[in-house]
Amino acid sequence: MKEIALHLLDIVQNSVRAEASHVDISFDLSEDGVLTMTVKDDGKGMDRELLEKVRSPFVTTRTTRRVGLGIPLLMQNAMASGGSVDIESEVGRGTVITAQFHTDSIDCLPLGDLAETMATLIIGSPDKPEFRLICSSPKGQMDFSTEEVRAAVGPEISLAEPEIVQWIRQSLTEETEPILGGIMR
Amino acid sequence: MKSLAELEAIRKATLSRINLRTEGDNGTRVVIGMATCGIAAGARPVMHAFMDEIAKRQLSDVTVSQTGCIGMCRLEPMVDVIVPGKEKVTYVHVKPEMVPRIVAEHIVNGRPVDEYTIGAAE
Repeated sequence: MKEIALHLLDIVQNSVRAEASHVDISFDLSEDGVLTMTVKDDGKGMDRELLEKVRSPFVTTRTTRRVGLGIPLLMQNAMASGGSVDIESEVGRGTVITAQFHTDSIDCLPLGDLAETMATLIIGSPDKPEFRLICSSPKGQMDFSTEEVRAAVGPEISLAEPEIVQWIRQSLTEETEPILGGIMR
Repeated sequence: MKSLAELEAIRKATLSRINLRTEGDNGTRVVIGMATCGIAAGARPVMHAFMDEIAKRQLSDVTVSQTGCIGMCRLEPMVDVIVPGKEKVTYVHVKPEMVPRIVAEHIVNGRPVDEYTIGAAE
Protein backbone atom coordinates (compact mmCIF):
# COMPACT_ATOMS: atom_id res chain seq x y z
CA MET A 1 0.00 0.00 0.00
CA LYS A 2 1.19 3.51 -0.79
CA GLU A 3 -0.92 5.39 1.76
CA ILE A 4 -2.07 4.97 5.35
CA ALA A 5 -5.56 5.85 4.03
CA LEU A 6 -5.45 2.76 1.78
CA HIS A 7 -4.76 0.57 4.82
CA LEU A 8 -7.77 2.20 6.45
CA LEU A 9 -9.96 1.34 3.45
CA ASP A 10 -8.75 -2.24 3.62
CA ILE A 11 -9.13 -2.92 7.34
CA VAL A 12 -12.50 -1.17 7.75
CA GLN A 13 -13.89 -3.80 5.40
CA ASN A 14 -13.25 -6.28 8.22
CA SER A 15 -15.62 -4.23 10.41
CA VAL A 16 -18.23 -4.19 7.63
CA ARG A 17 -17.98 -7.97 7.22
CA ALA A 18 -18.30 -8.33 11.01
CA GLU A 19 -21.75 -6.73 10.62
CA ALA A 20 -20.93 -3.60 12.59
CA SER A 21 -23.61 -0.92 12.80
CA HIS A 22 -21.15 1.81 13.86
CA VAL A 23 -17.55 2.24 12.81
CA ASP A 24 -15.69 5.08 14.53
CA ILE A 25 -12.43 6.09 12.88
CA SER A 26 -10.01 8.56 14.36
CA PHE A 27 -6.66 10.04 13.44
CA ASP A 28 -4.73 11.91 16.08
CA LEU A 29 -1.41 13.56 15.31
CA SER A 30 0.57 14.43 18.42
CA GLU A 31 2.96 17.34 18.93
CA ASP A 32 5.95 15.01 18.46
CA GLY A 33 4.73 13.56 15.14
CA VAL A 34 3.12 10.29 16.24
CA LEU A 35 -0.02 9.52 14.21
CA THR A 36 -2.50 7.24 15.97
CA MET A 37 -5.16 5.64 13.79
CA THR A 38 -8.02 3.96 15.63
CA VAL A 39 -10.84 1.90 14.12
CA LYS A 40 -13.51 0.93 16.61
CA ASP A 41 -16.50 -1.16 15.58
CA ASP A 42 -19.47 -2.80 17.27
CA GLY A 43 -19.40 -5.87 15.06
CA LYS A 44 -19.43 -9.49 16.13
CA GLY A 45 -15.88 -9.40 17.53
CA MET A 46 -13.31 -12.19 17.74
CA ASP A 47 -12.78 -14.87 20.34
CA ARG A 48 -9.42 -15.26 22.08
CA GLU A 49 -8.34 -18.01 19.73
CA LEU A 50 -8.93 -15.99 16.54
CA LEU A 51 -7.49 -12.83 18.13
CA GLU A 52 -4.22 -14.65 18.81
CA LYS A 53 -3.93 -15.85 15.21
CA VAL A 54 -5.27 -12.86 13.35
CA ARG A 55 -1.84 -11.28 12.78
CA SER A 56 -0.79 -14.23 10.67
CA PRO A 57 -1.10 -13.92 6.89
CA PHE A 58 -2.41 -17.47 6.81
CA VAL A 59 -5.54 -16.68 8.77
CA THR A 60 -8.72 -15.36 7.20
CA THR A 61 -12.45 -15.74 7.78
CA ARG A 62 -12.94 -15.90 4.04
CA THR A 63 -13.80 -19.31 2.71
CA THR A 64 -12.60 -18.79 -0.86
CA ARG A 65 -8.91 -19.05 -0.01
CA ARG A 66 -6.60 -19.37 2.96
CA VAL A 67 -4.62 -16.13 3.02
CA GLY A 68 -5.55 -12.68 4.32
CA LEU A 69 -3.04 -9.86 4.07
CA GLY A 70 -4.91 -6.83 5.39
CA ILE A 71 -3.67 -6.84 8.98
CA PRO A 72 -0.14 -8.19 8.20
CA LEU A 73 0.46 -5.42 5.63
CA LEU A 74 -0.78 -2.76 8.08
CA MET A 75 1.59 -4.13 10.74
CA GLN A 76 4.50 -4.18 8.31
CA ASN A 77 4.09 -0.51 7.43
CA ALA A 78 3.37 0.69 10.98
CA MET A 79 6.42 -1.16 12.28
CA ALA A 80 8.64 0.08 9.42
CA SER A 81 8.09 3.61 10.77
CA GLY A 82 8.90 2.53 14.34
CA GLY A 83 5.25 2.28 15.33
CA SER A 84 2.98 -0.62 16.24
CA VAL A 85 -0.45 -2.20 15.88
CA ASP A 86 -2.69 -3.21 18.75
CA ILE A 87 -5.88 -5.26 18.41
CA GLU A 88 -8.50 -5.70 21.11
CA SER A 89 -11.68 -7.62 20.60
CA GLU A 90 -14.54 -9.18 22.45
CA VAL A 91 -17.19 -11.52 21.05
CA GLY A 92 -20.53 -9.73 20.75
CA ARG A 93 -19.06 -6.30 21.54
CA GLY A 94 -16.70 -5.47 18.71
CA THR A 95 -13.10 -4.80 17.82
CA VAL A 96 -10.68 -1.91 18.24
CA ILE A 97 -7.59 -1.69 16.07
CA THR A 98 -5.02 0.95 16.93
CA ALA A 99 -2.05 1.62 14.66
CA GLN A 100 0.73 4.06 15.44
CA PHE A 101 2.96 5.62 12.83
CA HIS A 102 6.01 7.77 13.51
CA THR A 103 5.53 10.38 10.80
CA ASP A 104 9.05 11.78 11.19
CA SER A 105 10.52 8.45 10.03
CA ILE A 106 11.79 8.28 6.44
CA ASP A 107 10.00 4.91 6.15
CA CYS A 108 6.59 6.25 7.18
CA LEU A 109 3.90 6.21 4.50
CA PRO A 110 2.06 9.45 3.75
CA LEU A 111 -1.46 9.63 5.17
CA GLY A 112 -2.82 9.95 1.62
CA ASP A 113 -6.32 10.77 0.44
CA LEU A 114 -8.43 10.21 3.53
CA ALA A 115 -11.46 11.89 1.92
CA GLU A 116 -11.42 9.48 -1.02
CA THR A 117 -11.10 6.51 1.33
CA MET A 118 -14.13 7.62 3.38
CA ALA A 119 -16.16 8.20 0.20
CA THR A 120 -15.17 4.73 -1.06
CA LEU A 121 -16.27 3.11 2.21
CA ILE A 122 -19.63 4.85 1.92
CA ILE A 123 -20.14 3.67 -1.69
CA GLY A 124 -19.35 0.12 -0.57
CA SER A 125 -21.76 0.22 2.39
CA PRO A 126 -24.22 3.08 1.89
CA ASP A 127 -26.88 1.87 4.37
CA LYS A 128 -25.01 0.24 7.19
CA PRO A 129 -22.77 0.78 9.16
CA GLU A 130 -22.74 4.46 10.12
CA PHE A 131 -19.21 5.84 9.77
CA ARG A 132 -17.71 8.54 11.92
CA LEU A 133 -14.38 10.25 11.33
CA ILE A 134 -12.59 12.40 13.88
CA CYS A 135 -9.26 14.03 13.06
CA SER A 136 -7.19 16.01 15.50
CA SER A 137 -3.76 17.58 15.68
CA PRO A 138 -2.22 20.58 17.45
CA LYS A 139 -3.75 22.59 14.56
CA GLY A 140 -7.36 21.70 15.30
CA GLN A 141 -10.09 19.08 15.19
CA MET A 142 -12.88 17.94 12.85
CA ASP A 143 -15.78 15.54 13.23
CA PHE A 144 -17.81 13.94 10.42
CA SER A 145 -20.59 11.39 10.56
CA THR A 146 -22.72 9.66 7.95
CA GLU A 147 -25.67 9.89 10.35
CA GLU A 148 -25.72 13.68 9.94
CA VAL A 149 -25.46 13.47 6.14
CA ARG A 150 -28.22 10.86 6.04
CA ALA A 151 -30.51 13.09 8.11
CA ALA A 152 -29.83 16.00 5.74
CA VAL A 153 -30.42 14.18 2.43
CA GLY A 154 -33.48 12.24 3.56
CA PRO A 155 -34.46 8.60 3.25
CA GLU A 156 -35.18 8.56 -0.51
CA ILE A 157 -31.57 9.23 -1.53
CA SER A 158 -28.78 6.70 -1.03
CA LEU A 159 -25.45 8.05 0.23
CA ALA A 160 -23.86 6.17 -2.69
CA GLU A 161 -25.38 8.50 -5.32
CA PRO A 162 -22.51 10.19 -7.20
CA GLU A 163 -23.48 13.77 -6.24
CA ILE A 164 -23.58 12.92 -2.54
CA VAL A 165 -20.30 11.01 -2.74
CA GLN A 166 -18.67 14.00 -4.47
CA TRP A 167 -19.94 16.37 -1.80
CA ILE A 168 -18.63 14.13 1.00
CA ARG A 169 -15.25 13.85 -0.71
CA GLN A 170 -14.91 17.58 -1.27
CA SER A 171 -16.03 18.61 2.19
CA LEU A 172 -13.76 16.07 3.87
CA THR A 173 -10.81 17.21 1.74
CA GLU A 174 -11.38 20.81 2.83
CA GLU A 175 -11.86 19.90 6.47
CA THR A 176 -8.94 17.50 6.92
CA GLU A 177 -6.34 19.55 5.04
CA PRO A 178 -5.81 22.26 7.73
CA ILE A 179 -5.47 19.60 10.45
CA LEU A 180 -3.45 16.82 8.84
CA GLY A 181 -2.30 18.42 5.56
CA GLY A 182 1.33 18.33 6.66
CA ILE A 183 1.48 14.50 6.57
CA MET A 184 -0.84 13.77 3.63
CA ARG A 185 1.72 13.67 0.81
CA MET B 1 -18.97 19.45 9.66
CA LYS B 2 -19.02 21.60 6.49
CA SER B 3 -22.27 23.40 5.75
CA LEU B 4 -25.01 20.80 5.57
CA ALA B 5 -27.15 23.56 4.01
CA GLU B 6 -25.19 23.04 0.80
CA LEU B 7 -26.54 19.53 0.69
CA GLU B 8 -30.05 20.84 0.08
CA ALA B 9 -29.20 22.01 -3.45
CA ILE B 10 -27.31 18.78 -4.15
CA ARG B 11 -30.25 16.80 -2.84
CA LYS B 12 -32.57 18.41 -5.39
CA ALA B 13 -30.19 17.74 -8.28
CA THR B 14 -29.83 14.12 -7.20
CA LEU B 15 -33.59 13.64 -6.89
CA SER B 16 -34.26 15.04 -10.36
CA ARG B 17 -31.67 12.67 -11.83
CA ILE B 18 -32.80 9.54 -10.01
CA ASN B 19 -36.46 10.26 -10.70
CA LEU B 20 -35.66 9.52 -14.35
CA ARG B 21 -34.78 5.98 -13.37
CA THR B 22 -36.86 3.34 -15.06
CA GLU B 23 -38.80 0.92 -12.91
CA GLY B 24 -37.23 -2.36 -11.94
CA ASP B 25 -33.70 -3.62 -11.89
CA ASN B 26 -32.59 -2.98 -15.46
CA GLY B 27 -29.76 -0.49 -15.09
CA THR B 28 -26.11 -1.00 -16.00
CA ARG B 29 -23.93 -2.14 -13.13
CA VAL B 30 -20.25 -1.29 -12.68
CA VAL B 31 -18.55 -3.56 -10.15
CA ILE B 32 -15.03 -2.83 -8.90
CA GLY B 33 -12.75 -5.23 -7.03
CA MET B 34 -12.02 -3.58 -3.67
CA ALA B 35 -10.21 -6.25 -1.65
CA THR B 36 -6.62 -5.87 -0.38
CA CYS B 37 -5.24 -6.72 -3.84
CA GLY B 38 -7.52 -4.28 -5.70
CA ILE B 39 -6.86 -1.46 -3.21
CA ALA B 40 -3.09 -1.96 -3.40
CA ALA B 41 -3.23 -1.95 -7.23
CA GLY B 42 -5.12 1.36 -7.37
CA ALA B 43 -8.86 0.54 -7.40
CA ARG B 44 -9.89 3.48 -5.20
CA PRO B 45 -9.17 6.30 -7.71
CA VAL B 46 -10.66 4.13 -10.49
CA MET B 47 -13.94 3.88 -8.59
CA HIS B 48 -14.04 7.67 -8.15
CA ALA B 49 -13.29 8.21 -11.83
CA PHE B 50 -16.49 6.21 -12.57
CA MET B 51 -18.49 8.21 -10.00
CA ASP B 52 -17.28 11.52 -11.47
CA GLU B 53 -18.04 10.46 -15.03
CA ILE B 54 -21.54 9.25 -14.13
CA ALA B 55 -22.33 12.51 -12.30
CA LYS B 56 -20.90 14.60 -15.15
CA ARG B 57 -22.97 12.82 -17.80
CA GLN B 58 -26.06 12.70 -15.55
CA LEU B 59 -26.50 8.98 -16.18
CA SER B 60 -29.56 7.89 -14.24
CA ASP B 61 -29.51 4.11 -14.68
CA VAL B 62 -25.91 3.25 -13.78
CA THR B 63 -24.88 2.01 -10.34
CA VAL B 64 -21.36 1.53 -9.05
CA SER B 65 -20.62 -1.13 -6.44
CA GLN B 66 -17.72 -3.06 -4.95
CA THR B 67 -16.77 -6.69 -4.69
CA GLY B 68 -14.06 -8.69 -2.95
CA CYS B 69 -11.14 -10.59 -4.40
CA ILE B 70 -12.06 -12.99 -7.19
CA GLY B 71 -8.66 -14.68 -7.31
CA MET B 72 -6.94 -12.93 -10.22
CA CYS B 73 -5.01 -10.43 -8.12
CA ARG B 74 -2.33 -9.92 -10.79
CA LEU B 75 -4.96 -8.38 -13.12
CA GLU B 76 -6.25 -5.82 -10.58
CA PRO B 77 -7.68 -3.22 -10.69
CA MET B 78 -10.53 -5.15 -12.34
CA VAL B 79 -13.92 -3.73 -13.30
CA ASP B 80 -16.98 -5.64 -14.49
CA VAL B 81 -19.50 -3.77 -16.61
CA ILE B 82 -22.84 -5.57 -16.67
CA VAL B 83 -25.38 -4.29 -19.19
CA PRO B 84 -28.77 -6.04 -18.82
CA GLY B 85 -29.32 -8.61 -21.56
CA LYS B 86 -25.65 -8.63 -22.60
CA GLU B 87 -22.73 -10.74 -21.51
CA LYS B 88 -20.65 -9.35 -18.63
CA VAL B 89 -17.46 -7.57 -19.76
CA THR B 90 -14.39 -7.62 -17.51
CA TYR B 91 -11.78 -4.87 -17.80
CA VAL B 92 -8.33 -5.43 -16.31
CA HIS B 93 -5.41 -3.24 -15.16
CA VAL B 94 -7.85 -0.32 -15.22
CA LYS B 95 -6.46 3.17 -14.66
CA PRO B 96 -8.52 6.34 -14.02
CA GLU B 97 -7.49 7.68 -17.48
CA MET B 98 -9.25 4.72 -19.14
CA VAL B 99 -12.57 5.36 -17.43
CA PRO B 100 -14.03 8.19 -19.61
CA ARG B 101 -13.60 5.97 -22.69
CA ILE B 102 -15.24 2.93 -21.03
CA VAL B 103 -18.18 5.09 -19.95
CA ALA B 104 -18.57 6.81 -23.35
CA GLU B 105 -18.06 3.83 -25.63
CA HIS B 106 -19.43 0.96 -23.58
CA ILE B 107 -21.96 2.28 -21.08
CA VAL B 108 -23.39 5.08 -23.22
CA ASN B 109 -22.93 3.70 -26.76
CA GLY B 110 -22.97 -0.05 -26.12
CA ARG B 111 -19.61 -0.96 -27.68
CA PRO B 112 -17.16 -2.54 -25.19
CA VAL B 113 -13.58 -1.26 -25.38
CA ASP B 114 -12.02 -4.55 -26.49
CA GLU B 115 -8.38 -3.56 -26.00
CA TYR B 116 -8.92 -3.05 -22.22
CA THR B 117 -10.74 -6.34 -21.61
CA ILE B 118 -9.50 -9.52 -19.99
CA GLY B 119 -9.67 -11.20 -23.41
CA ALA B 120 -7.04 -8.83 -24.80
CA ALA B 121 -4.80 -9.15 -21.71
CA GLU B 122 -4.70 -12.96 -21.53
